[in-house]
Amino acid sequence: MRLCDLPRFQPFANRALGHTRSALTAMALGALLCTTAGTAFAQGTLRIAMTASDIPLPNGQTDQGAEGMRFMGYTVFEALVAYDLSAADKAAPLMPGLSTDWQVDAADKLRWTFKLRPGVKFHDGSAFTAQSVVWNLDKILDSKAEQFDPKQAAQGRGRIPSVKSYKVINDLTVEIITAEPEALLPYQMAWIVMSSPAQWQAMGKSWDNFLKKPSGTGPWKLESYVPRERAVLARNADYWNKAHTPKLDQLVLLPVPDASARVAALRSGQVDWIEAPPPDALDSLKGAGFALTSNVYPHVWPWHFSRLEGSPWNDIRVRKAANLAIDREGMKNLLGGMMVSAKGMVPPNSPWFGKPAFEVKYDVPAAKALMAQAGFSKEKPLKVKAIISPSGSGQMQPQLMNELIQQNLAEIGIQVEFDVRDWNALLANWRAGAKDPGTKGAASTNSSYFSQDPFTSLIRHLDGALLPPKGTNWGYYADKEMDQLFDGVRNSFDPKVQLTSIQKAHEKFVNDALFLFVAHDVAPRAMSKKVKGFVQPQNWFLDFNTISMDK
Amino acid sequence: MFTYLIKRLLFAIPIALAVTALCFSLVYLAPGDPLSAVLPSDASQDVVDLVKAQYGLDKPVPVQYLLWLQRAVTGDLGKSISSGRPVAEEIGKAIGNSLLLAGLASTLAFTVGSALGIAAGYRNGSGADRAMSAIAIAGVSIPHYWLGIVLVAIFSARLNWLPAMGAGPAGSGNWTLDHVQYIILPTLTLAAMPAGIVMRSVRALVADTLSRDFVTGLIAKGMGRGAIFRHLAKNIAPTALAVFGVQLGYLMAGSILVETVFTWPGTGLLLNTAILQRDIPLLQGTIFVLAMFFVGLNLLVDMLQPFFDPRIKRT
Repeated sequence: MRLCDLPRFQPFANRALGHTRSALTAMALGALLCTTAGTAFAQGTLRIAMTASDIPLPNGQTDQGAEGMRFMGYTVFEALVAYDLSAADKAAPLMPGLSTDWQVDAADKLRWTFKLRPGVKFHDGSAFTAQSVVWNLDKILDSKAEQFDPKQAAQGRGRIPSVKSYKVINDLTVEIITAEPEALLPYQMAWIVMSSPAQWQAMGKSWDNFLKKPSGTGPWKLESYVPRERAVLARNADYWNKAHTPKLDQLVLLPVPDASARVAALRSGQVDWIEAPPPDALDSLKGAGFALTSNVYPHVWPWHFSRLEGSPWNDIRVRKAANLAIDREGMKNLLGGMMVSAKGMVPPNSPWFGKPAFEVKYDVPAAKALMAQAGFSKEKPLKVKAIISPSGSGQMQPQLMNELIQQNLAEIGIQVEFDVRDWNALLANWRAGAKDPGTKGAASTNSSYFSQDPFTSLIRHLDGALLPPKGTNWGYYADKEMDQLFDGVRNSFDPKVQLTSIQKAHEKFVNDALFLFVAHDVAPRAMSKKVKGFVQPQNWFLDFNTISMDK
Repeated sequence: MFTYLIKRLLFAIPIALAVTALCFSLVYLAPGDPLSAVLPSDASQDVVDLVKAQYGLDKPVPVQYLLWLQRAVTGDLGKSISSGRPVAEEIGKAIGNSLLLAGLASTLAFTVGSALGIAAGYRNGSGADRAMSAIAIAGVSIPHYWLGIVLVAIFSARLNWLPAMGAGPAGSGNWTLDHVQYIILPTLTLAAMPAGIVMRSVRALVADTLSRDFVTGLIAKGMGRGAIFRHLAKNIAPTALAVFGVQLGYLMAGSILVETVFTWPGTGLLLNTAILQRDIPLLQGTIFVLAMFFVGLNLLVDMLQPFFDPRIKRT
């Protein structure tokens, strides 16, 4: 609504017309303010305020983490393997993307073939073929290839550690060889999106130029791009999946890193949707008629224990006691309901959860009994040092949550001393591992974890072969049984067998209380009630194709 | 004057070197990894080391600094680690937006502050003087980011009159009348503090000048109010100009919070992003350009002062 349309403005304008000086003032003010917040958008334009501080690069293997992939990676571009994001009530499984079918060779478990979807074209009109796939893998893996892009390599190569080589079999078939048997390859390939080789050629073989007119195969085309300010994505009317062509005309992406600014932008009608509204704004947004959405998704907020010699967390009784001491419902109230109590590394409704014998719950007497068995009590506490951060990407409300944990653990005889570090410093130590001198005697670290697939949710944290610096087994956990379970996951090529292997591994995570399981984030979003057809899946990524805007 | 100009320009060289060296050291003293914002958070140390080598961040810090300096003297400020775009291009765009905002805010602050300051100075000690001084103290004391949030809450969130963020309906650039609405709230927010400072400075100057003997002499000669005001203006202009220059410099470099509150794509927001992302080339380049802007602005003010007051000589 423009100011001049407001009833309260009209009497002012009428009165002003009677007086020359006032009229001039009113005209000037009117001219100025009639241009205000009422910029009309065509029906079917959805404006989103992201938390990122910049527009994710529209190069293909984009930056800005999972948020970048959510808004730019999987909208303009696509991967061979996709996530089924259609349902809110179950974990999002893999489904065919640019590949219609993938198989491992029954006689050689290192050899995979991916059958490609016929008839797919990039936005520039060139055909998507097996050559395009190989070209894109070279883009991030072969530093001698002319299309190699260090920026995209930084984002992508760590996602496909198993890929050893690849080649074109025919126009619609690609072969990928893995270094070791790797049943999780489809999950890895779901990260790798395809940029158009023809467009890169047309843009003078320059990735910087490609950014000005990118081309993928996705349901959205980049219409305009102002770095650090906005990107406009337009519906791709020629999308190969006619039944799933976007309903909206445009998707406008705005980087608004400041949470208060996002809330103000939504309330002023400048945007229709904001990511991650601050917890203290949820009630007021709800009261003002905005829709709040949330859903559990693969994101866990734990304490990662050091398992080096001398760590207090080497005692399973202490680990179990700590897990029984946390008042997760109280924490949920503190966070305005924006969390799900963690009972393991994956949410309790995940198919990977299994049926662990140990139940993670709030049971202080049981926790105290376990601590007594271990020789500790409130009067004779166990002292632990914990690395935490005051804030950080995806870290929810770390200070608030950790203070409650500290209070809860004190009740059962665990005295926590915090080593508060800048988020980047915490990450640097997390990569360096618990043995690094920078750990300074701490026996746990607190980083929220992306747990989208079996590797990121389970294997990378505790695989004995992934000790730092090669991997991110921060606590130097080493257990032959667990390694065998992980091998089982990697070698289970039958989906049903693989599921059972993942469940067994997760059951061991819970039964041995290998982490302090605290919370799962629920990805809160606030949006105008004009936004229709949105389904918030249990996933980091979203499907914008089903969304429409009411008038 | 020419010798003075050359001397001042030469002084700018050690200032620039000191600024860049200090900035480089501070960035490396801060904990964490410069590549944290670029890499996926779950990247292993192996991947981090590989990318570090690609960006030249595996070299010793003094070597990195010298390499940067070598390029900087040719005008190449490097590429942003996070976006890959040339730093000069990033700053060039942002500095235009900040200049616009800071220029408007300074002009508003100077106009309002001078008007109120002159009025208060003429009525020194009166109720009106005290009221205007109270307004000035409020302007100086209120944190501008807080004022910004309040203005947004009233004019954007509640009344829906003005946009809460951004620089234009389709971003900055290609300025049209539609862009005016976007600059009103950030300008008012940014102008509040310097308006108070200018008002207090001008008020003191006016009151002091009016109490001088030459003014009494002018009144005794029967000179009119307008003529006396011209004499007054000439006397207060050099100092007021110096205050204006300093404030414009502060607004250019010191608007980080205001630009963040309004998501205004200027150097403040760019600096904020660069700090949070540990984007060393961008941080280095932005601070360097802002420091040089400050030096240049002070020089310009020094050069202009003799035109208003011939007693001031620059040699």
